[in-house]
Amino acid sequence: MRHVAHMGDRLFARLLAAMAGVVPVIMAAMLAAMTVGAWPAIRKFGPAFFATSTWDPVAGDFGALPFVYGTLVSSAVALALAVPLGLGVAIFLSELAPGWLRRPVGFLLDLLAAIPSVVYGLWGIFVLVPWVRTTLSPPLKATLGFLPLFEGPPLGIGMLAAGLILAIMVVPFIIAASTEVMRAVPTSQREAALSLGATVWETTRTAVIPYARSGIVGAIFLALARALGETMAVTMVIGNVPQIRASLLAPGYTIAAVIANEFAEATDDLYVAAIIYAGLVLFLVTLTVNILARLLVARVARGPGLIRE
Amino acid sequence: MARSYLRRRWTDRLMAGVTFLCTVAALVPLFLILFFLARTGLGALNLEFFTHLPGAAGEPGGGMANAISGTLVLVGLAALLGMPVGVLGGTFLAECPNSRLAGAVRLMADVMNGVPSIVMGLFAYTILVLPLRHFSAASGGVALGIMLIPTVMRTTEEIVRLVPQSVREASLALGIPQWRTLLRVVLPTAAGGIVTGIMVGLARIAGETAPLLFTAFGNRFWNWDLLQPIAALPLQIFAYAVSPFEDWHRQAWAGALVLMTIVLSVNIAARAVAARHVKLR
Repeated sequence: MRHVAHMGDRLFARLLAAMAGVVPVIMAAMLAAMTVGAWPAIRKFGPAFFATSTWDPVAGDFGALPFVYGTLVSSAVALALAVPLGLGVAIFLSELAPGWLRRPVGFLLDLLAAIPSVVYGLWGIFVLVPWVRTTLSPPLKATLGFLPLFEGPPLGIGMLAAGLILAIMVVPFIIAASTEVMRAVPTSQREAALSLGATVWETTRTAVIPYARSGIVGAIFLALARALGETMAVTMVIGNVPQIRASLLAPGYTIAAVIANEFAEATDDLYVAAIIYAGLVLFLVTLTVNILARLLVARVARGPGLIRE
Repeated sequence: MARSYLRRRWTDRLMAGVTFLCTVAALVPLFLILFFLARTGLGALNLEFFTHLPGAAGEPGGGMANAISGTLVLVGLAALLGMPVGVLGGTFLAECPNSRLAGAVRLMADVMNGVPSIVMGLFAYTILVLPLRHFSAASGGVALGIMLIPTVMRTTEEIVRLVPQSVREASLALGIPQWRTLLRVVLPTAAGGIVTGIMVGLARIAGETAPLLFTAFGNRFWNWDLLQPIAALPLQIFAYAVSPFEDWHRQAWAGALVLMTIVLSVNIAARAVAARHVKLR
């Protein structure tokens, strides 16, 4: 009887461990399956795939530079808007907001994060893009039009709209992660600053932010990974034109968007492989950024040991 | 002295105001989106929307009945795949928190949560659509199911950890083996929280579009064959939103309103239940 119970325990423990082990297995399988799928394109184009701009499915000539450019620029615009905003909110929520306000605001931010990407895209097409065209772009052109960043006709669709909608979508992640690391800062840090006569803002600036810095950088990385891989909303507002233009008002294209738009129609093997190749690199980049982000956040959450600054 | 004190105090107030305004600004889009969904979506919702197949291109009328049922099928498939793996794996993480495997799985699950959903679609495509040479409901369900695993696993872990040690000890003291203690005592105690976590996960994947574009693919008709393409609500919203037809735009808003109602009500219900106990991911 005892022996049987022991057997049961051992088997069950194995089952549980096997189920947990599914996660690394899936990750390895993703890497393997996508490398195999992308192989014809990797062999034919190599790393130059990401440095050339032709995208000609008929001739079988593929280069992903415009998509890489669009992915990086739209994410950069998104972070430029979302990072200051998100940090402001995080400081408010962790240092300043009265207790009764924290939960409802956190709840609303969770809802913002729960809105499906396609709903953002729909709203983007019919509300945000017309607003960018008629309200945001004209004054930008009038005041900053001499910069190459704001040249060209205000179409509404384009990098700026994509960056805006991405910013809205990643802000909840920046807020959640950086609020978490700022709360992990020990209260004694704050008390020390306050007891020296610092105001709340000075406490935040001198005792909280330096301590939480690596975690905040981690939060930004987390948001960057989301922005790089975000597909539907971007596809719906960026214009989907494979070109490299300095202007943020011009349409562009991203890696995720080209996968979304062209993959179902891709017929010959090299075309499919080229798109999987782009997806594989997107996978590897977001993987790296995510791991870095997690390690940075964990460094703060783990507590003391880095108060060297 | 006095002047610098005043200046510091004003800086303090100013920054408090700035961060408060940031908070307001971050929440404005939420209200704008809900406002436009209600305004445009409500007008386009009618019974036909829930009971009819899509109409021919450009003709007014028709609905998304097949897309709604297709989403239910896909979410059901994903649940079949993701729930057992997520719950049992999460139990492992909670019960052997310090093992080397648990550390690695925890990090990987968090990282997997951040893998772009379109990449999940590409993966499902390469392992199912390519070999079977067919877009299919099954491949869409696999793509969504894989996305469900890390969410369910991490939520389960957090909730199983909250089950008091004394409960386990009571059961073990009665001579009940550990595996039965886990299955019959620990998991049922945690069941409420786990179910809530699963609901939130399901609501999230119900709104996913990108991984379905080249797996489930979409279908303008009814389909109950898992090896054939199947319609999904988010796919239909996307197709209608980028179409040139006014009536389809209205239906896209109606679809988005239905989708958002599902997502929001599940989230609100889940958080109302779980707020006191555990922080959901």
